[in-house]
Amino acid sequence: MDLAQLKQVSDVEWRIAPFGKMRVPAVIYADQALISEMDDKVFEQITNVATLPGIVQAAYAMPDAHWGYGFPIGGVAAFDADAGGVVSAGGVGFDISCGVRTLHTGLKAADIAPLKQRLADRLFTHIPAGVGSTGPLRLDAGEMDAMLRGGARWAVEHGYGSEADLDRIEEHGCMAGAEPNRVSEHAKRRQRDEIGTLGSGNHYLELQEIVEIYDTKAADRFRLRQGEVVVSIHCGSRGLGHQIGTEFLKQMVISAPGYGIDLPDRELACAPIHSPVGQAYLGAMRAAVNCALANRQVITHLTRKVFADLIPGTHLSLIYDVSHNTCKEEWHTVDGQTRRLYVHRKGATRAFGPGHPSLPGELRDIGQPVLIGGSMGTASYILVGTEEGMSRAFSSACHGAGRSMSRHQATRQWHGRALVDELASQGILIRSPSLRGVAEEAPGAYKDVSAVVEAADRAGLARKVAKLKPLVCIKG
Amino acid sequence: MNQTGGTAMGGAHWAHFPHQADMGVRGVGPTLAAAFEQAALAMTAVVTDPASVAPALAVDIDCEAPDDELLLVDWLNALILEMAARHMLFSRFEVGLDGRHLHATAWGEAVDIEKHQPVVEIKGATYTELKVVRDESGRWLAQCVVDV
Repeated sequence: MDLAQLKQVSDVEWRIAPFGKMRVPAVIYADQALISEMDDKVFEQITNVATLPGIVQAAYAMPDAHWGYGFPIGGVAAFDADAGGVVSAGGVGFDISCGVRTLHTGLKAADIAPLKQRLADRLFTHIPAGVGSTGPLRLDAGEMDAMLRGGARWAVEHGYGSEADLDRIEEHGCMAGAEPNRVSEHAKRRQRDEIGTLGSGNHYLELQEIVEIYDTKAADRFRLRQGEVVVSIHCGSRGLGHQIGTEFLKQMVISAPGYGIDLPDRELACAPIHSPVGQAYLGAMRAAVNCALANRQVITHLTRKVFADLIPGTHLSLIYDVSHNTCKEEWHTVDGQTRRLYVHRKGATRAFGPGHPSLPGELRDIGQPVLIGGSMGTASYILVGTEEGMSRAFSSACHGAGRSMSRHQATRQWHGRALVDELASQGILIRSPSLRGVAEEAPGAYKDVSAVVEAADRAGLARKVAKLKPLVCIKG
Repeated sequence: MNQTGGTAMGGAHWAHFPHQADMGVRGVGPTLAAAFEQAALAMTAVVTDPASVAPALAVDIDCEAPDDELLLVDWLNALILEMAARHMLFSRFEVGLDGRHLHATAWGEAVDIEKHQPVVEIKGATYTELKVVRDESGRWLAQCVVDV
């Protein structure tokens, strides 16, 4: 990206003053190296977002921003329904409520070292991953609707996990306002046997070792201890979310002119929040959020079974579960006024600071755990939401490394088998149904996640707590 | 895995083009219908080698959209739905167009992990880099990015 088009506010904040049809400025959080490498499409997309009706304060791009669909991936924007604000299917993305959850194992890396191969093999056998895989459940119409209304709570009620898990999930595991009747039969058909599946692409289940602690107070509160092993699960709402995204994108492209919305890019398809299309999308999107929460809850149950079988007595407790493709109704203070806003986070993690009422009691005074996924050879991070972040980007932070290279470039540069062997020599075991898939997801095809996290920390979006190094990675 | 492929008939062929996070699929053919068929083959090639997929089972597909570009996205999304819901891959396509209505048959078989070594699931066809055009020589080109 050409830095001449930007006004530098600090070493990690860059501003684009409104021009053309922009209603608000655009703000990019990144250091000079990250922003120099960002695709020009991020500039184009974030300034397009700033033209949408009812947008409040600014359109934001996180340090991992890259070329997305309408919104950049790593884009954040909030809209006021009463000021003509919109909800955008493109602003949420195809994989609605894709997210990360991380669980304690209570085990030391040294304890699992002799069992690593067997754990990798068993997890790969028992966690459905990749194209065509099916989960442990087949939902009839009634159960499908119950799942779409209940989310992770529905899963817990069916024996997949415990009540304690729900405290550690955004929305307490169940997104209010879900309307299963707004979800098409096609979307439900796509989901019939997909609950409890990882999917493919950049989705994974990893065993990770906590290798560094940056903030001992927050780490204590999150019960993170150096040398211990955690499990992280990255996946979303599977076929159901993808189908809802597809259908509403088309519906919003077609309905936009009727609502007087001039779309700068069809992928920015949106509808007024106070409109039949907007309300239908919100009902369906919230149902998809519940689908993602149920999905990660069932995968958690399958993971716990593998651990219990191999290491009896192990208890995997949930640290937190975040969703990074969402639109959520939240209260934020803007120019001294508290306003109800619809906050879109596309490839961005909610990062509520200390004292936020939606946080569970035992985390409320410290802030929300912010889980940042890396690629299979690099690190992942746990951060914590900050007080200052609440006045920046509507309490949002980055979500991962973000790709720096296309899938084709990656397959030209790496071969799956060689990569698996190389990572094994570094102590990272990869299990995947597809070697080409592994090559496409090569760690080198991603940005430096540490630089992304460093920029988010320096910008005050969230504060670094711990660094995690992969030990085993199950790729879809 | 080839980045391009195709048949001799009328110069119809397909190709992939790069996108930072996902994949572009492009079909070229002497008619709009042929270009749509080739775009579908390009999409299968994102997942597996189309030559590895036996055209054993037929599935009928119908869709409709207000213009050619939206129709391409609808066609690919209809295929994505059938691939996902039936756990199938497709390798042969016959597309018929009647104004803004598309009727097609896709032939394929159930996903076999050993045989097809599927790389990635496709989430949806998008409006990014979406183009349906006829060039000066009369050839049709149909393309868009698919989200994986």
